[in-house]
Amino acid sequence: MNILTDTLAWLTDPSHWTGPAGIPTRLGEHLALSGVSMAVAIALAIPIGIYIGHTGRYARLVVNSANLWRALPSLALIGIVLPFTSAMDPQLGFKVYPTLVAMVVLAVPPVLVNTQAGIAGVDRDLVEAARAMGMRERQVVRQVELPLALPALDSGIRSGAVQVVATATLGAIFGSGGLGRYLVEGVAQQDDGMTFGGVVLVAALALSVEAGFVLLQRGMKK
Amino acid sequence: MIDWAWVGDHLDDLAWRTLQHFLFAAIAVAVGFVLSLGFSIWSLRRPRLRAALVTASGVLYTIPSLALFAALIPVTGLSIVTAEVPLILYTLLIFMRNILAGLDAVAPDVLEAADAMGYSGRARLLRVELPLALPLVIGGVRLASVSTIGLVTVSGILGDRFGGLGFFIFEGYRHSFPTEILFGALPSIALAILVDLALVALQRRLTPWAAAQPAGGRIGPAGAS
Repeated sequence: MNILTDTLAWLTDPSHWTGPAGIPTRLGEHLALSGVSMAVAIALAIPIGIYIGHTGRYARLVVNSANLWRALPSLALIGIVLPFTSAMDPQLGFKVYPTLVAMVVLAVPPVLVNTQAGIAGVDRDLVEAARAMGMRERQVVRQVELPLALPALDSGIRSGAVQVVATATLGAIFGSGGLGRYLVEGVAQQDDGMTFGGVVLVAALALSVEAGFVLLQRGMKK
Repeated sequence: MIDWAWVGDHLDDLAWRTLQHFLFAAIAVAVGFVLSLGFSIWSLRRPRLRAALVTASGVLYTIPSLALFAALIPVTGLSIVTAEVPLILYTLLIFMRNILAGLDAVAPDVLEAADAMGYSGRARLLRVELPLALPLVIGGVRLASVSTIGLVTVSGILGDRFGGLGFFIFEGYRHSFPTEILFGALPSIALAILVDLALVALQRRLTPWAAAQPAGGRIGPAGAS
């Protein structure tokens, strides 16, 4: 019961809702880190996914390596990137960059694989019909394949986003901002209220991201 | 960039942390497998229970690992239980999806034939359904092992007694010492690859009739992070 009251006390303390270490700021950092890396990952993965999905070229190679890529563990990945970024920039290279790079690297494969599968999964008869109507390849992609592949794209972006939100949390271990800071600091200072408050915030964020994309997908299927 | 003298001085530590890493992962995968097998069999012909269990394990899977480790500290302290429970919970979704998919894929004709031959429900499950589901089940073991080996590093948040090779990532960061970080991160990935290769070999042996399935094919996001 102590944990519950400690957590509630921590979460409802007005001083935790203002300032540079306040919840809105940390949430903003978390969302900014996640948003930037998702934007980069999407910009890289969707065009490639469309290309291989539409042409069928390199499909096996790309999908197999992307599947392997997905098994990369996030913490170790940040650890591998860190020595390189810190060699380039001794200040930020030890803080935000390794996490950002790892987040992009982890978000590309799910988006890529799902885009490819979505595009390649469009009924070939439809594509042939579109061609027979005189559509050019570009139009086939834009007007037929892409709209039909949207639910698949959404689920790829969803997997990527959930992974990215989790990795942003881990970034706190390496001195980047975000809600993970409450976990790292709470554990270090043995402050159960802060630790558990952080758990509530991080879990709520991850689950709302997931739920948001699920709802979006439902909307698309209607 | 790499300080080889440090590596030479710490070979013992590296070996011991590798062993710790392997053991932490092995315990979680074994316990997770037994639990999931139980849940899968229990819920196989109870659609509502099955949906509830899969949803619950999916929700747990979505929660970032750092939060799940931290969540248990106020409850079970800085102990092996706190290190193992999240690892076990993350395997549940992977195992249940694979075990249930394997059991679902058994052809109705096969089940009817087994029934006609007089198999009881339990004997049919043990001697017909589970053996046929084996390729997907082992696929689940591969995926769960690789993902768990990745996650063991995060348990380093619980202090120096935990984390396996992840210990070096945490300590290396505290000391701003890239060599140590790399020698935590790279061997942990190598361990995952080795274990996966060993499981592929086992898979070929146990189910020579099924071509080895690529890891990562059965589940959306590969590992919790």
